[in-house]
Order: sequence, then structure tokens, then C-alpha cells
Amino acid sequence: MGWCRPTRNVYAGSMSSDLIERSVIEGTLAVAMARGGDFAEVFVEDRRTSSAMLDQGRVEELSSGRDRGAGIRVVVGDTTGFAHTADLSEAGLRVAAEAASAVARRGGGGVREIALGSLSSHRSVAQIRPDDVERATMVDTMLRADDSARSAGSSISQVNVGIGMSTRRFVVANSEGVYGADEQIRTRFNVQCVASGDTGMQTGYRPIAGTRGFEILSDDAVNDAARGAAQQAITKLQARPAPSGDLPVVLAGGSGGILFHEACGHGLEADAIVKQSSVYAGQVGHMVASPLVTLVDDGSVVGEWGHLGIDDEGHATQRNVLIENGVLTDYMWDYLRARGQGRASSGNGRRQTYQHLPMVRMTNTFLLEGPDTAEDIIAQTPYGVYVAQLGGGQVNTTTGDFVFGMTAAFLIEDGKITSPLRDCNLIGNGPQILKRVDAVANDFSMTPGTCGKDGQQVPVGTGQATMRLSSVTIGGTAA
Amino acid sequence: MSELLDLATSLLERKEGSEEIEVFVSQGVDLEIRSYQGEVESLSNAASAGIGIRILLDSPHGARIGSAWTGSLDPDAVSEALAQARSNAHFASADEFVTFARPDGVMPSAVAEHANNNDELTVDQKVALAIDLERAVRGADPRIRQVDSATYSDYSSAAAIASTFGIAAQYQHAGAYLSVEAIATDGSDDQTGWGLSVGRSPRELNSEVAARDAVRRATRMLGAVKPSSMKTVAVFDPRTAASLLSIIGSALSGEAVVRGRSFFAERIGEVVAHSSVSVVDDPTDARHYNATRFDGEGLACRRNELIVDGVLHGFVYDTVSARRAGTTSTGSAVRGGIAGSPSAGCRALQLVPGQMNHEEILAAVGEGVFIESLQGIHSGVNPISGDFSVGVTGLMIRNGQLAEPIREVTIASTLQRMLLDVMFIGNDVEWLPGSAAGQTLAMSGISLSGA
Repeated sequence: MGWCRPTRNVYAGSMSSDLIERSVIEGTLAVAMARGGDFAEVFVEDRRTSSAMLDQGRVEELSSGRDRGAGIRVVVGDTTGFAHTADLSEAGLRVAAEAASAVARRGGGGVREIALGSLSSHRSVAQIRPDDVERATMVDTMLRADDSARSAGSSISQVNVGIGMSTRRFVVANSEGVYGADEQIRTRFNVQCVASGDTGMQTGYRPIAGTRGFEILSDDAVNDAARGAAQQAITKLQARPAPSGDLPVVLAGGSGGILFHEACGHGLEADAIVKQSSVYAGQVGHMVASPLVTLVDDGSVVGEWGHLGIDDEGHATQRNVLIENGVLTDYMWDYLRARGQGRASSGNGRRQTYQHLPMVRMTNTFLLEGPDTAEDIIAQTPYGVYVAQLGGGQVNTTTGDFVFGMTAAFLIEDGKITSPLRDCNLIGNGPQILKRVDAVANDFSMTPGTCGKDGQQVPVGTGQATMRLSSVTIGGTAA
Repeated sequence: MSELLDLATSLLERKEGSEEIEVFVSQGVDLEIRSYQGEVESLSNAASAGIGIRILLDSPHGARIGSAWTGSLDPDAVSEALAQARSNAHFASADEFVTFARPDGVMPSAVAEHANNNDELTVDQKVALAIDLERAVRGADPRIRQVDSATYSDYSSAAAIASTFGIAAQYQHAGAYLSVEAIATDGSDDQTGWGLSVGRSPRELNSEVAARDAVRRATRMLGAVKPSSMKTVAVFDPRTAASLLSIIGSALSGEAVVRGRSFFAERIGEVVAHSSVSVVDDPTDARHYNATRFDGEGLACRRNELIVDGVLHGFVYDTVSARRAGTTSTGSAVRGGIAGSPSAGCRALQLVPGQMNHEEILAAVGEGVFIESLQGIHSGVNPISGDFSVGVTGLMIRNGQLAEPIREVTIASTLQRMLLDVMFIGNDVEWLPGSAAGQTLAMSGISLSGA
């Protein structure tokens, strides 16, 4: 695979993080447990962001942001109390700890001594850190992208470029002695183009994103993305309405990973399993997919958009095989759900910010490569749809019904890619679609995305090689 | 609340040289209680506050804006944000249209401020509401096998905006919700239904209403089939019609228009919809949950007619998009909290109601599909090209009556076509949270993709 193997950057042994003193955390945990909780956790976060946007050749306002605070969680039996505060003083944390522990009504816990071990601290692998990026460099990068996009063709009427960088540092500690810190530096770039012609307006979009520094925005990468987005919009001006009904679909390597994210990823999150609200509950050991499907979620893949040093509950991320050769092997777990089943977290406890409760989330979710080549798969498809880029998707985990949008697609006729198609959604049922994977190629790549669940947004990676589904319902308008 | 405006105003005194300052301050309190199996699953109680600062540097070639925000009202954090905004401003392009809002003499409407009455129930009473909600769903029908989450939530927020151009505005919001997702089974098929009760205060909430809604939606979807592809009439329920109206609203933003990203651009005065269609954005209508006195730049909100009898009448503008379009703000700046800059957007859309109720519309349509949920709106609708394709669930309409449930299908058209194909607009307006109200809405020419 064309990506880095997981490596770890662990700096164990330091006594405290510079975000907050160890003794303050210990004291706060003791307050949180004073009313008789079973578990308490303090999550302290400091996030800095900077962003810039360019539209119609103008650099619009640059923005900087900072958010700092702590979320405190107390678990008593099956009940969780949660409070957060932007006041990181000992007094501020005490107020939040008392609010979070208000759910512990049985009392009688008494003050418990909490002694944390040494801090397990992780550092970002970013080479060019946000603090080292001149604002003028951000501006130049956006202007370069604007130039590249406009040079792709005279029908390009609008170009919008965005850059964002964030540095997220956190310390998490709990009453069971977990004491970890992580530093996550992320850089994203996106370009959206509008092409105008006799047929109206069409759009093209390309992102570049990684849990890395500004080094991912090389001149070549930025120019390729800008030209790619422009070309996509121009091509779609010639697009005809997409077909309506069931057809074979070939998904290009990369963005098709969203299919697995929606078709089964959310249904393999343990919160849906524990509540029996997923079609995959009780299916471990069963054949749930084509034997070509081996699906992995791995938050430890360095540099990918869903990479974490540790998860937001302080647990190590790891490679979790969810489906192996079509057989369901395991679900994804956070601390709370794993505790209820007497097992360990799989490193999938995530939260958007300190203001949110953690829950089970995906990280980088991908289908392993297969034996075929993309060229052969297309050549062996007499009639169908080739999807070069997918937009977002949505799933109902209980029924398994999901949709995802195709934002760059073409007809396949006689084994060849032909006419471009207008945007539309594909619809399917997860358990059925997984069994319809009938070819997987060897050209693996990943795509960054943002996953929303219960109102919380987190960065995730999805990936796969070019693959074919024997039949999917295409929601176009052409008969 | 006036402390927020005092804080915002006091920061204006730190103006340096010829720069201009705009300050947006907000604070809020949120409570969320989830019930599961008759007990509190989680109780989150959170207060937050923050500030967004924008600095404007004017020059003969145009003006530049820089911004910064911080999720705290701590003086050091605020000073850091001020310094960042100031230095960010130097890197923007000078632009003759860029400026801050100036007071325009329009007085805010008398729309009642949403007073915070969240304390009229104690936390224990709110816990009881969530638990009652779950119990009501579980007990309503033997086919209900699970309740994924039964949630009580309330919020209150206050904000102030002040600028060195003389803007000084403050407003507040408060509200409460009950929401629940029911899972029904007939042994072989599982289906879900989502129910909601909305109020401006906890006492307005009704757990029976939310429970009934969720149970009805989940149970009547049992045994849903995937119908064959067809061209048909779609009848949207009020919730899905409201989602549709919100999307149309995003193309009626003057910001989208001046940026060349709306299919409505340059079509003022043209027929863009069936003659029965009139769309207004009216944040001064107190029935709308989004009703408010001031927009995101501190100008008074006002009623804006956007489509009148099928003819495109106007767009909503904030200060900058209005200047680019050669007009003035319609008091329609929206702002995504402290981190967001103002942009033009609809906040309280309404389709002017027709004469018929839900049953009369079904009878008049005769044959078609009734749409109860939309899936994939963010991936399948393009408000720039107008392409529309979303997954839906609902029921067939046969002989003017609701018939068998359907699933795993999409409906598709273009937004331009759909507006022209409107057949009936209901009189059953439902006021919903979000930027649009909804009512039963029928349109022809819809491609349904199924088996």
C-alpha cells in the first residue's frame, strides 16, 4: 500500500503535561469521585486553528481561533454525568467535577485518593508546524491554486480555495490510572470550481488533508488538486442525466471507501451493537460480505486524516480487523461500551471537543486490496456506471439502508468509460451491498472526510482500491 | 444580558489608529438528558461563552478584514484574539465592497424575545420527562422492540454585537426539545421512526406527541418494499417539505448569487416556480422558532418576500453581498457562532400556505408517493447546478389514500424543475426548529429509482 506503516512517537516518563499540573488533575478526579462514582475522567484540551479563504481571486478574511477547556465525566452504574468548563483553574475544575458527579445520588463514596502514573505523551509528526507557517505563504498557496484552476479552461467561472490548520493538544486522565497526552496537527486544503456553459453551472471539488503539517501542500499537490477540480467541473458541463435503476457500479480507488463507512462502518460501532440497533448485532463469526471484503479500522496509520496518537479516552489506537474475507470478526469499542462487555477498548473513543462526551467512532476505515487491476475491472463491465469521486453519505444503522452521492461519474459502455453523468445519489442496503462486491483491484488509496454522528464532527479517513459492485440502485432521472 | 453588550462595547475603546472594530460576544447554557431502559443514560450540563473579533482596515483601494475568536471571556484570551485579528487583517485582499454594517434606522420588530424559562422545571422533572418519553414509546405498541435514545434537551443563549460604526445590539434565545427514535419489528423487518416535540420552554413539551409520532412512523414502515422505478407525483410531509425549502433558501442567499453560485442568479422578475408558490423569509414572525430581532451584524431583522406568485422577487443580503449587488442589506446576516463571519442567509422561511389539508391533497393526487424521510441531502443536492437526488422512505399513495410502505429508493429531479412542478401546497403549516417551516407539499415530474 502506498502509505506509511504505523510508527509510534511516544515520549513516556514525563511527570506532567504543560497543559495542566498532574496534582490538579488528581485533585479534580478525587472531587469527581467523592459522591461515589465508579469512574471519573478529566479531559483537558487546547486547540488553535487558523484558516483562510480565497474567492474570485480575492483573499477573504484570515481567521485565528483558540479554544481551551476541560470536560469531566463521571460514571455511576449505567449513568454518565458530564460537565465542561473553559475555566482551567483548580476552582473552575472543581465546579465542573461537582456538576458532573451530581448524577451520583447514592453517595457514600467518600474522597478517594487518585494517584496517576507517568504521563504517556505523543507528539505530532508534522514537519512544518502551523506556528511556522507565514500567513503570506498561506495566501501564496491559495493564489497559486486559483491560477492553476483558471488555466484549466475558459468556462471556469468561479474558484474558491480554503486552507485550514489546527493544533489540538489534550491530556486525558481517569480514575483507573490512564494518563495520556496527544498532539494532533492537521492541515487541510480544498478547492471548489464552478464551470458555466449553455447547460448551466457544474461544480468540481478536490481536497488535500492529513494529520500532518503544511508540508502536504507542495506546489505539485496544490496544482494537481486545483486542475483536477477545474477539469471535473468542465467535464460535467457535458454530463447527461444519470440512469435510474439497478446497474453494476465500478468505484475508483480512494473515495469509494465512504461506501464501507456508511454500508457497515457505523453499524459496527459498539454503541449501536449494545443497544441492538444495528443490523450487524449478533453477527460475529457470520459471513456478512463477499469473501473479497477484508475491512480494517486503524487509527494508528500515521499522517492519515483519521490518525490519532491515542484516542480521546487515552487508549492506544490500533489496527482492528472488522471483517476478514467476508466474515465479521469484531466491532469498534470505546471505554464505556467495552467495560460493559468486560473487554478492552479498541481505541475508538472520540469526541469533537472537550465540550462533548466521547462515543464510538471510526478513525481510518479501509478495504484491503484485491488481486485485480482497475483496467481489467472496467474492461469486464459491459454496461454500468464508473464513479470517479463520491461525496458524502448517510446510513440508518437499524435498517442498513444507506445513500451516498456521486460527484464525478461516467457511463461504462462495452467495457469503456464514456459519457459523464450529472450528480446523483446511489442507494442500497448495507448487508446486501457487501455481498455484491465482485472484484477488487490493487490500486489502494485513501480520502479524507468528516464524519457526523449525534451532532459531533470528527475527521476520518476512508480508503479502498478500485472495486465493482454487481448491482446498485442509481438515483438519476434518465429512464 | 446587558453585561454582554457592555463587554462588547468596552472592547471598542481599544481601537488603534484608523482601524474599525466589530465585537460579537455570546454565552449559552445547554442541558441534555438521555433516558435508556428507564434510567438516566447521560446527563450533560454545560455553560459556554466566547467572543469573535473582526478588525477592518480601510484604504483608498478598498478595505480588509481580519478576524479571530476565542472560546472564553478571559481577558488575556480576549487580548490575544484582538491582536490576532489585527495582524490577520493585513493579509486580506483590499476590496471596495468590504465593510461592517452601519446602523440603517430600521427598528427591530416587537417580536417577543425568547425569554429563558428553562428553570420552570427542575432537573428532576426534566429527567422524568425523558424517562416518561421512553416509557410512552415502549408501551405504545407491542411491535416496538427498542428505543435507541429518548432525549430531553434545553438551551438558552444570549449574544451582543457592537462596532465602532455605531452598531449595538443584543438578543437572546431559549428553547426545549424532546426527541426519540423508536425501533419497531415484525419479526423479520426492523424499522425506525423519529418523534419530536418542540417548545420555547420545558412546559410546552409533550412527551405523548413525540412518542406517538415516533411509534407511528416506525410501525407503519414495517414490511416496506422497494417499488419499481417510475415517474410519479411526490407528496412531502411537513418535515421533509421544510428540508426542501431550506435548500431552496440556500440558493436565494444574495451571497450565493453574487458569488455566482446560485441557479437563481440574474433571474429577478422571471417565473421560477408555479404561480401558487410564494416564499417569504420572516424572522419577525413570532411563530417561527428562529424568530429574532437582530441579524448577525446587529441590524434589525425584517420580512423579505423572495418569490411572489411564482416570480423571483428578491434575495436576502448581508452588508457586503448587498454592496456587491448594488443594493442594501435586508437584515439577513447569519453567523455560525463566535468562529463564523457574517454571511447572507435565510433564517425563517415559509411557503405561503394553500387551501387544502393533508387528506385533501392525497385525494387530489390520487396516485403517487408520500415522502416521510430524506436521506443524503448533503450529498445528493447541489444548490449550484440544481441537481436533486435523495434517498427516501415513505408510503405509496393509491386511490388517494396512503398504502404500502416503501424503502431503498431515491427520488430525483432538479430544483428548478421541482419549483415549476408544484401541484398543491398544504394549509397544515408545522413550525419546526431550523430555518424553514413545513407543510404538505405535492409536486409532479419526480423520477423514483427503485428495483
